[in-house]
Amino acid sequence: MRTYTSVWRIRFLNGLQYRTAAYAGIATQLFFGFIFIMIYVAFYNQATVEPDLSLQQVVAYIWLQQICLSLVMLWVRDPEIFELITSGNIAYELCRPSSIYPFWYSKLLAQRVANMTLRCVPVTIIVLLIPEPYRLTLPSHWITFLAFIVTLLLALLLVVAISMLIYISVFWTMSPTGSVLLFAVLGEFLAGLVIPIPLMPQWMQFITYAFPFRWTVDFPFRVFNEHVQGSELIIGICNQLGWLFVVLAVGYWIMNKAVRAVVIQGG
Amino acid sequence: MTLYYKYLIMHLRAQLQYKGSFLMLSIGQFFIPFTIFAGLYFMFEKFGTLQGWNFAEVALCFAIIHQSFSLSECFARGFDSFSSLIIRGDFDRLLLRPRHTVLQVLGSAFEFTRIGRLLQSLIVLIYAISQLPQLWQWQHILIILFMIVNGVCIFIGIFMLAATLCFWTVQGLEIANVFTDGGREMAQYPLNIYEKWVMKLFTFIIPFGLVSYIPLQMILDKMEAPLWQAMLIPFGGSLFLIPCYLIWQFGVKHYRSTGS
Repeated sequence: MRTYTSVWRIRFLNGLQYRTAAYAGIATQLFFGFIFIMIYVAFYNQATVEPDLSLQQVVAYIWLQQICLSLVMLWVRDPEIFELITSGNIAYELCRPSSIYPFWYSKLLAQRVANMTLRCVPVTIIVLLIPEPYRLTLPSHWITFLAFIVTLLLALLLVVAISMLIYISVFWTMSPTGSVLLFAVLGEFLAGLVIPIPLMPQWMQFITYAFPFRWTVDFPFRVFNEHVQGSELIIGICNQLGWLFVVLAVGYWIMNKAVRAVVIQGG
Repeated sequence: MTLYYKYLIMHLRAQLQYKGSFLMLSIGQFFIPFTIFAGLYFMFEKFGTLQGWNFAEVALCFAIIHQSFSLSECFARGFDSFSSLIIRGDFDRLLLRPRHTVLQVLGSAFEFTRIGRLLQSLIVLIYAISQLPQLWQWQHILIILFMIVNGVCIFIGIFMLAATLCFWTVQGLEIANVFTDGGREMAQYPLNIYEKWVMKLFTFIIPFGLVSYIPLQMILDKMEAPLWQAMLIPFGGSLFLIPCYLIWQFGVKHYRSTGS
C-alpha cells in the first residue's frame, strides 16, 4: 500500500509544477462555462413547456462539469503510459516489485486529482460570486452536498477504472489512436458531457442507462442539483459500486492476460 | 505554390502508409462533431426553436463553421503544433532556408484524418440546404462557399496568433483554445443568442459573425439586404489574416532559439 501512496504523492507534486498551464486552464474553463450557459439560457427563454431540468439546475450542471472536468472526463491522455508500451520500456515496469494494475491505477488517479485541486478552488469561488443567471447555486441541505462528494468519489474511481481499459487496449492495437478516440467520444456523449442526460429524449436516456458512463458524470451532478433524491440516490450508489466492481475485475483480468502475452517492442 | 503542393503530397503519402490507423482516426474524427450534432438535435427536439431559428437553419450554421474548422485543422496543422517546432529548436532550420516562414510552417504538418470531420459536416450541410428551399439558387450556394473559405482564413489566423505566442512562452498555452475550440463552439450557433459583448467581440475583433451569422441572416431572408452585400461580407474573414500575418512577422523577428 505504501508504494501506491508514494506513487500518488510524486504524481501530485509533478502536476503542481505546471502552474501557468493551470491559470490558463482556469480562464478557458470559465469562458466555456459562460458560452454553454448562454446557449442554454437562449433555449430556456422561449421554452413553451418546462423541461425536466430547470435552468438553475442546468447552470449547476455546467459549472460542475467545468470544475470537475479533470476528474470526470473520460479521456485524459497520459502519453507516458502509451510510450511505455510502444517503446518497449514496459519491460522495466514489469520488473517492479508491485503489480502493474494498481500501480498505473494510482498513477492515473493522482494525476486527475492533482489537475483538479489546482483549478477547482478559484473557479468555484468565481462562479459562486457572479450574478444570476450564471451563478452556481449550492444545494439547500448539507446532506445533499455530502452525498455529492460520496458519489463524485465513486465516479472518480469508476472513470479511472474505465480509462484503464483504454490503456490496456493499447497492448493489442499498439497505436493509441482511432479506437481510443472513438471510445472516448461515444463514452463522453453517453456520460452526459455533451448535453445533460435529462434533456435527451426518452429512448436515448434508456440507451445511456445501459452503459457505465452515466454513473461517472451525470449521476453525481444530478445529486448535487437535487434532481436525484431519496431512494433513487441509494440505488444509484449501489449501481456505481456494482459497475466499479465489474470494471475493475474485467480490467485486472485483461491486464493479466495482456502482460502474459506482452511482446516487448524495442530497438 | 509548387513547393506547397509537394509538401502536401509528401505528407499525404506518409500518413497513408498506416492505413488502419488512418482509417480509424478518420472514423473517430467523424464522430466528434457527430455527438455534438446529436446533442443539438436533441435540444431542438426538446425546445423546438432557438430565438426564431429553426433546426435546419442552425444546422447550416453548424455545418459551415465545422467545415471551416476541419479544413483549417487539416491545412494549418503546422501552426497548431508549432510549439513542438520551437521546443525542439527546429525553427532555426526553417529560418535558414530561402523560403517564406509561413509557407514552411504550413508545410511542416498536415492532418488528413480531419477528412472524417469534414465528411460529417458535409452531410449536415447537404441536409440543411435540402431543408431550406430559399437557398436553392446558385448565388446562395456561392455565398455559402465564400463563407466556408473565409471561415478557414479566420481559423488559420487564430492558429497563427497562437503560434506567434509560442515565440515568447515556448510552450503552447491552453488559452488559445478559447479562440479556436471556443470560437467553433460558439459560432456554430447564431450569434444573436449570446450576450451583446460576446456578439461584438466575435464580430469586430474575431470576425466569426461575418462568415456565419450576418450573411446567413441575409440569405435566409431574416434581414433585407441586396445580394452583393451578402457576397462581400464574408470576405471580412480573410481581412483578419492581415493583422495576424503582421503579428507573425513581428514574432519571427523577435525569435530567440531555445537550442537543445
